Amino acid sequence: TLITSQFELKPPPYPLNSLEPHMSRETLEYHWGKHHRTYVENLNKQIVGTELEGMSLEDIILITYNKGDPLPAFNNAAQIWNHDFFWESMKPGGGGKPSGELLELIERDFGSYERFIADFKAAASTQFGSGWAWLAYKANRLDVGNAVNPCPSEEDKKLVVVKSPNAVNPLVWDYSEINTLSISLSHESSSQFSVICPSQNRRPDYISVFMDKLISWEAVSSRLEMAKARAIERELEEERKRREEDEDVTDDSEPVEMFLDSETEDSEVE
Amino acid sequence: SNVRELQTFTLPDLPYDYGALEPAISGEIMQLHHQKHHQTYITNYNKALEQLHEAMVKGDASTVVKLQGAIKFNGGGHVNHSIFWKNLTPVREGGGEPPKGSLASAIDTHFGSFESLVQKINGEGAALQGSGWVWLGLDKELKKLVVETTSNQDPLVTKGPNLVPLLGIDVWEHAYYLQYKNVRPDYLKNIWKVINWKYAGEVYEKEFP
Repeated sequence: TLITSQFELKPPPYPLNSLEPHMSRETLEYHWGKHHRTYVENLNKQIVGTELEGMSLEDIILITYNKGDPLPAFNNAAQIWNHDFFWESMKPGGGGKPSGELLELIERDFGSYERFIADFKAAASTQFGSGWAWLAYKANRLDVGNAVNPCPSEEDKKLVVVKSPNAVNPLVWDYSEINTLSISLSHESSSQFSVICPSQNRRPDYISVFMDKLISWEAVSSRLEMAKARAIERELEEERKRREEDEDVTDDSEPVEMFLDSETEDSEVE
Repeated sequence: SNVRELQTFTLPDLPYDYGALEPAISGEIMQLHHQKHHQTYITNYNKALEQLHEAMVKGDASTVVKLQGAIKFNGGGHVNHSIFWKNLTPVREGGGEPPKGSLASAIDTHFGSFESLVQKINGEGAALQGSGWVWLGLDKELKKLVVETTSNQDPLVTKGPNLVPLLGIDVWEHAYYLQYKNVRPDYLKNIWKVINWKYAGEVYEKEFP
């Protein structure tokens, strides 16, 4: 049988030299052409003949995250996703301030655009070692075990800035599919070569360039639209399920055991 | 009062020139690594310690706890790099000469041979995800040699309170990227040409005279 479920290295949606002078062709040749490619090749090797073969990248990420105790394929799978997302977050002639609804939401949730930039820089410079900084739209539920920020809070249904170590991304916190912007801190330094991300102390400069010259706010806006649509869809779906379950319970002539148990316990306590 | 002047840390000098480890490690890397990266850890470590001092004077428990991350990262960066510089030496000063004496026999006992130790360190260093260090350490309690990896700038002692670092290899991209690009295994292969086993042997013998 033919193996057809290999992942492919997706090219950035622009020529490799088109982000110059802010991000050099050489940087992309390495960061995309070598690092990103290696993640793809290694993942393909890792999943061949396993139960992960044939699954979507997102499913592989969620399964291999293994509730915070990652399996070997997690790093490669998540880094493919993260890098795809990163390339799509930039465009030639990008940068500047967003507009419209996105700007309104940023101002609503961070106070001002400047405050958002400051928060984003702070997140990036306090991620010790390799990782990512994200702008995410936080849905209103996070029932994943061992997540860094799993609690429903007043930050729900808001834009938030989060950081993650190494390959980890907001998918695994069930912010799923709703993150809107990422910046790679996963490969550091080397000055004149400007590899990807300068060491800790120069990250704020890198983020300034990213925001001023490279970011594609169009990509961010359209992700936000999709994220909100999905969040609504998911809520409706859950509401529908809840109603179905309620109906099941009412239809059922026998009382639910759990309910009885807890009632007994309650009366014992009293 | 018994308020003491807070001690600050300064960048230690390298015991060799920046270019002295070429071609294994380029002078450009050595200079950036020492003057920029190590210096930044020291600067931020001093900053964090000053904030810690203030918070302790004020009895601000929450800030004391909050500072732990920055202290571990920047303090670890300073500790690790200070060891790393001593782990390297130019070829003409004995860089790359295999270990001798009691350390050499301990390596044979615990790893089979020097070659298999090198292979083990190369393998674990290449497989480390993200940024970090690969170590040859001595477990003082169990009296054995161990190979360990640590993430980010965690020092070896975070893997066990009885571990003494004999050799630490920096596998952050800043340690090799300018010269070796994404090919970390090549960096690991070449660094053995400038490893200072004499220093590692001295640390070992100090623990086991």
